[in-house]
Amino acid sequence: MSFDFSPIFDRWPMLLSGALMTMLLATAATALGFVIGTLCAVGRNSSYRAASAICAVYVETIRNTPFLVQIFLIFFGLSTLGFTLGAVTVAILALTINVGAYTGEIMRAGFNSVHSGQWEAAECLGLSRLQTYWHVVLFPAVERVYPSLTSQFILLMLASSITSQISVPELTGNANFIQGVSFRPLETYLVIGVIYFALSVVMRQAFNGIGMLIFPRRRRLGTAL
Amino acid sequence: MNNATENKPVIVLRDVEKSFGQVKVLHGVSFEVQRGQVTVLIGRSGSGKSTALRCIDRLETVNAGYIEVCGHVVTDPALELRKLRLDVGIVFQSYNLFPHLTIGQNIMLAPRSVKNLPKTETVELARACLEQVGLGDKFDAYPEQLSGGQQQRAAIARSLAMQPKVMLFDEVTSALDPELTGEVLKVIERLAAGGMTMVIVTHEMNFARRIADQLVFMHQGKIWEKGPGAILDAPQTPELQRFAAQEL
Ligand SMILES: Nc1ncnc2c1ncn2[C@@H]1O[C@H](COP(=O)(O)OP(=O)(O)OP(=O)(O)O)[C@@H](O)[C@H]1O
Ligand SMILES: [Mg+2]
Repeated sequence: MSFDFSPIFDRWPMLLSGALMTMLLATAATALGFVIGTLCAVGRNSSYRAASAICAVYVETIRNTPFLVQIFLIFFGLSTLGFTLGAVTVAILALTINVGAYTGEIMRAGFNSVHSGQWEAAECLGLSRLQTYWHVVLFPAVERVYPSLTSQFILLMLASSITSQISVPELTGNANFIQGVSFRPLETYLVIGVIYFALSVVMRQAFNGIGMLIFPRRRRLGTAL
Repeated sequence: MNNATENKPVIVLRDVEKSFGQVKVLHGVSFEVQRGQVTVLIGRSGSGKSTALRCIDRLETVNAGYIEVCGHVVTDPALELRKLRLDVGIVFQSYNLFPHLTIGQNIMLAPRSVKNLPKTETVELARACLEQVGLGDKFDAYPEQLSGGQQQRAAIARSLAMQPKVMLFDEVTSALDPELTGEVLKVIERLAAGGMTMVIVTHEMNFARRIADQLVFMHQGKIWEKGPGAILDAPQTPELQRFAAQEL
């Protein structure tokens, strides 16, 4: 058995552009998914029955179906309805919808972990419920669940490989192409496996860095995130 | 303001009943607080003091009875809570400062977002309130950098910044050791001297006797005696007699 990596390394620009596309998908879906998830957590905890029901249905639908099926449904569903969106746009949309549901559950746990005394103090000062979320609860909640959020968003980055199924030129998609023309599947997937690993490490470090920046209390206390 | 409104009590509780599930906690509680008066609720643990206090600020809804605070009918289901909360400040045993905000930000939050005061005004207001509780130098500190007593005084300052007409205190010194208790009680005494209308729940009997214009003794969800601090020296009921003998 002999390994030959040269046909893969020769195509490094494709690997690079694939990795960049993967990071683009991950970053966009992380940012959008965090917003969706947070709103969803607020909605699910809300006393408006309709809002909490809609959020619950959304979360349970997404969490109990495979991502591949979700992305196909969105991809073919949109085109059947006459929307012609690019594959990348559809991928970001699908990833956002997917990670939004998981983030919603994480954020809900975060909101619920904030001591009832904090809610009460805000209420007694006259703050509305939304003002309390925004000024009082959001920050400590995110701080509390930050490690879970980090893991979720790294999972999202890895799951973005599935978008190769709708021809998004991300890392896995490009690898599929490379192995097809080089007839070196094992080497190809070994290489992108290592690249994914590196991207995960980079992402974790980035999240740690951001955490240290936005949570000065952690920094002062010197507690790791 | 005419005499009729001036003489009207600021807080009225009439036959207030409150149950948690099957457990009845308040059995017809009635008392009144006049403007500028300090009322102290005393009684054993579980006698319903906190519950009564929380009903005044509509943190609990009552099952029966009537409560009025600063002209707001608290027991009216259609009451606009925000209006009530603008007139009532409440401080708890567990200070409940917001840990991610500095003391200054803690104090400025409500005046800015509830009253929409401009920033410069809220800064001045926060500094003044901090001066009032003896924490003039802690504007930029975070809650965790303060001692328990300082945190509690900061929480009092946060309530004062909303310029409430009534202040409620629920065992605000119970989590503090004696030394820190003193500095918090001093702040409350200064407020009393300044004419603030207050309802205080406390286990500090000497403080209660000193500060109270009206003492209210609760036992098993009922009021057994109320009157000036002197009721402690001449209890009329065996319940208060036993309580006084234990606590003093
Ligand atoms: N949220 C609640 N749910 C159920 N029972 C409650 C609740 N809050 C208070 N109680 C019960 O009501 C009774 C009165 O409680 P409350 O806290 O008013 O007493 P308290 O006089 O303030 O006592 P302490 O001096 O210990 O603070 C107690 O028996 C308590 O167990
Ligand atoms: Mg109590």
